Amino acid sequence: MSKKLLIPLGIFVVLCAFLLVGLWRDPREVPSPLIGKPAPPFNLTQLHEPAKSLGPADLKGQVWLLNVWASWCVSCREEHPLLVELGKSKVVPIVGLNYKDETVAGKRWLAQNGDPYNVSVVDRDGRVGIDWGVYGVPETFVVDKAGTIRYKQIGPITAEALEKKILPLIRELQKS
Amino acid sequence: MRRLALLLLIAVIALSPLAVLAADAVPTDKDSVAASRAVKLSEKLRCLVCQNQTIADSNAELAQDLRRQIHEQIAAGRSDDEIVDYMVARYGDFVLYQPPVKPTTVLLWAGPALLLLLGVFGLFRILRGRRAEAEAPPLTAEEHERATRLLAGEKGKDLS
Repeated sequence: MSKKLLIPLGIFVVLCAFLLVGLWRDPREVPSPLIGKPAPPFNLTQLHEPAKSLGPADLKGQVWLLNVWASWCVSCREEHPLLVELGKSKVVPIVGLNYKDETVAGKRWLAQNGDPYNVSVVDRDGRVGIDWGVYGVPETFVVDKAGTIRYKQIGPITAEALEKKILPLIRELQKS
Repeated sequence: MRRLALLLLIAVIALSPLAVLAADAVPTDKDSVAASRAVKLSEKLRCLVCQNQTIADSNAELAQDLRRQIHEQIAAGRSDDEIVDYMVARYGDFVLYQPPVKPTTVLLWAGPALLLLLGVFGLFRILRGRRAEAEAPPLTAEEHERATRLLAGEKGKDLS
């Protein structure tokens, strides 16, 4: 074969490689600039005990998860059994951020589907969500002992993501 | 009476699109300068839910919330740059429709110019090749004779 024919073939192969990689990437997953940054502070009312509040400052010194959920969120149902199981195992404290939800509906949803959260806090107008760069529900953040965000799961937690990424990261962070 | 009812019904149907518009067009800024600043800013920012729409275009809840943030921050006296930085700090460069020039985006910015250069180079080479073809060396005496013979033979065949 002549060398001239190899050039377009080469370009074609490179293009195919790029397109092939692109097939497996989810354009909805926007990498968060907050990873490696301190968790944005908040002080929100608790869902079950409105007299009390909670914020990242109260959780310093331990590894914890922030799970953004809402009773209107369909994909939250997908990850919920995994969260309930994780909550029962008591491996890591889970804080729920009840995002743009009605308090009554949120409580009813937890009563029906199980409550994996140590505490749920209410983000009625979604302002804390914006501070955390939330753009869809559910989203889950892993925060380390120093209060730094180490990982963000966009969309529902899958069994694979939990086993391969989230749990190993939590164990590693708990050791340090 | 029936006619009046029909007219009313037509009026309601005809005006109902306006009602939808009105729901979104609640004035949030008292002065028009702040309003136009807010619109300009929200046209520069991408809605992360429906990724091919700006915050100004999108009716997703997040876009509404981010528009509210822009209005509030303008009212609080923040500059345009400060507001854009606020969004980038939370959602990354992806929130900008015009990505910044960085080491990771150099190819994106320089790509079109590089492709143009490559095209001009390719065109130049093809044109030079053609000129070389046109200026092919004249036939040698032997080739000339053979060509004449061939042409004559063809001619003979055609006539027969």
